[in-house]
Amino acid sequence: MTDAHDNHSDAGGVELVGPIPDPGLPEHQWRPTDVDAHQEKRAERQVAALFGLSALATIGFLVAYFTLDIGDDWHLIGGFGASTMALGLFLGLALMFIGIGVIHWARKLMADHELVEMRHPARSADEDRDVAVQAINDGLAESGIGRRPLIRNSLLGAVGLLGLPAVVVLRDLGPLPGDKLYHTIWGKGTKDKPMRIVRDGIWTPILASDLEIGDLVNCQPDALHNPERYDIDPSEVEGVNLQIHKSKASLILLRMNPDDIKPGKDSQGNSRENWSVDGIVAYSKICTHVGCPISLNERTTHHLLCPCHQSTFDLADSGKVVFGPAGRPLPQLPITVDDEGYLVAQSDFDEPVGPSFWERDYYER
Amino acid sequence: MRLLNRSAGRLSRHRRGPIAGLLVLVCGLLLTGGLYAAFAPAQADTDQDEAALIKEGRELFLVGCAFCHGQNGEGVLTQGGSQYGPPLTDVGAAAVDFQVGTGRMPMAQPGAQAPRKEVVYSEEEIAALSAYVGSLGTGPAIPDKELYSTEGMSEKEIEELVVRGGQIFLANCTACHNFEGSGGAMPRGGYAPKIRGVDSKHIYEAMLTGPQSMDTFSDGNIPPEDKKAVIAYLNELDEAPSYSGFTLGSLGPVSEGIIAWVGGIGVLVGFAVWIAAHTTRSSKKKDEAAA
Repeated sequence: MTDAHDNHSDAGGVELVGPIPDPGLPEHQWRPTDVDAHQEKRAERQVAALFGLSALATIGFLVAYFTLDIGDDWHLIGGFGASTMALGLFLGLALMFIGIGVIHWARKLMADHELVEMRHPARSADEDRDVAVQAINDGLAESGIGRRPLIRNSLLGAVGLLGLPAVVVLRDLGPLPGDKLYHTIWGKGTKDKPMRIVRDGIWTPILASDLEIGDLVNCQPDALHNPERYDIDPSEVEGVNLQIHKSKASLILLRMNPDDIKPGKDSQGNSRENWSVDGIVAYSKICTHVGCPISLNERTTHHLLCPCHQSTFDLADSGKVVFGPAGRPLPQLPITVDDEGYLVAQSDFDEPVGPSFWERDYYER
Repeated sequence: MRLLNRSAGRLSRHRRGPIAGLLVLVCGLLLTGGLYAAFAPAQADTDQDEAALIKEGRELFLVGCAFCHGQNGEGVLTQGGSQYGPPLTDVGAAAVDFQVGTGRMPMAQPGAQAPRKEVVYSEEEIAALSAYVGSLGTGPAIPDKELYSTEGMSEKEIEELVVRGGQIFLANCTACHNFEGSGGAMPRGGYAPKIRGVDSKHIYEAMLTGPQSMDTFSDGNIPPEDKKAVIAYLNELDEAPSYSGFTLGSLGPVSEGIIAWVGGIGVLVGFAVWIAAHTTRSSKKKDEAAA
């Protein structure tokens, strides 16, 4: 520290020298291939060899094309299929060696110029700026836009009208969903024919007595496979409509020890005690965060995990969120059994399923 | 009738020879004795075998399992009240056959996951353990081979089974075990194991008993015929070729993305660096070399 201080005070006494003069550009250093004929020859041979390898690979491609079968040799060469593997590999190598050869050529043998680009300020010179402003003003004056209001106004009208196609096209994204987000096809059951719960993919109704504690069933409403029973037009559950219904109505059904269940409250504040049948509970399969379908259930804890963002719901406790970004509990479907003993929905969900939206209500369980 | 009734057509059609009655008696006795010999003692033998098997199983159980599961399979609680080894009174023989037959039990140490490992017990010992635990209470028995084997089915029947099995697999199993059965992560350090290349019997038993945290898929949940379909689908996956390409563990976009971004783009960056890098320079001057 003392040294530095001393130096500083010394400098004050010495006569200041001017700015350091521009040292200029360092002398150009040549590549070994520029100054050594032997090296040059060697690089030339290397480039030629790379191009030669490319030619060999091309020939390999042609040979493979005509000799290897495309058919049943998929197990050859590590399970990749001899033909596909050889064709892809040889063509890739042929292109790659040409590329490597060209670059090697450029690096070792092509002209070795050093280019210097000096820095300059980004602002244009004043004369240039004046010329540009003058040109714009001249253009405006010559077009006479200030003097010809008819042209100006019709232009403004035409440009303004161009906004309409955007409005019309975006309108096509609608119509607004109305109350569709609040209802699912589970509500389409009637007093005589309540909506049966069926196994997804198997499409058979479920006898409550058939399920054992620990069972998890992935379910769909019977109406998707059997619309006539509920007086639903079959076209309502076909194609894209089927997907829409599945995306809202998919259900998971679990049987757990009835003592494990802590019945919460419904939207009216009544107990959910009669929403389950002998420990069988049903919840929406659609995550309340961003709507992924979830059925990663842990039998021992009744915790249901969403694979997308790790939201975890406790299915023994009204589907409350125990972990993760989901903001609302999983909607529960009130279920009972019909006169034949099959599991049916008592009614629709008492809240919208799936992700949150602006107008959506929330109630404490 | 000629032999027993020599007098037929001679003195009277109703008169029999003197030894006919004796012969009938002997035949009857032989038949009764033979039938008894064939059935009754055999029954006694299997009962004895079963009892011996259960006894042998109990001895093995006391040595290898009782420390965690209790001396009578009643389960052991920790001092904190959580489950150390769960009760085995109602898990059934199928659960034991799965857990011990895949090496999951006995566990090396308690933890979030009972990993598949080398099988410790011999087949006879597993049979004895299964018989003992099966005798403790209710629970599914070890499934018969015809429940999970597609032997003797025509090609077309198997194809239909595989298609159906695929739909059931995608609806019920994919969430945890991945769309190709490659397995996946579960909460708190657990995971759903890879289920490719697993013995058909063990897959059937796993569905039936719900090992560890897995839900059960009892016969009332997924009927036996549909369980067979799922197994047929998994076996079909094992045989299906992956045409020209790395499967990258069939884990889906995560492993594919890592390889593409780190591996693929890494190589491209390497090429870019090489293209723009300075070449070697010499200290010699051009005219020097020429001279």
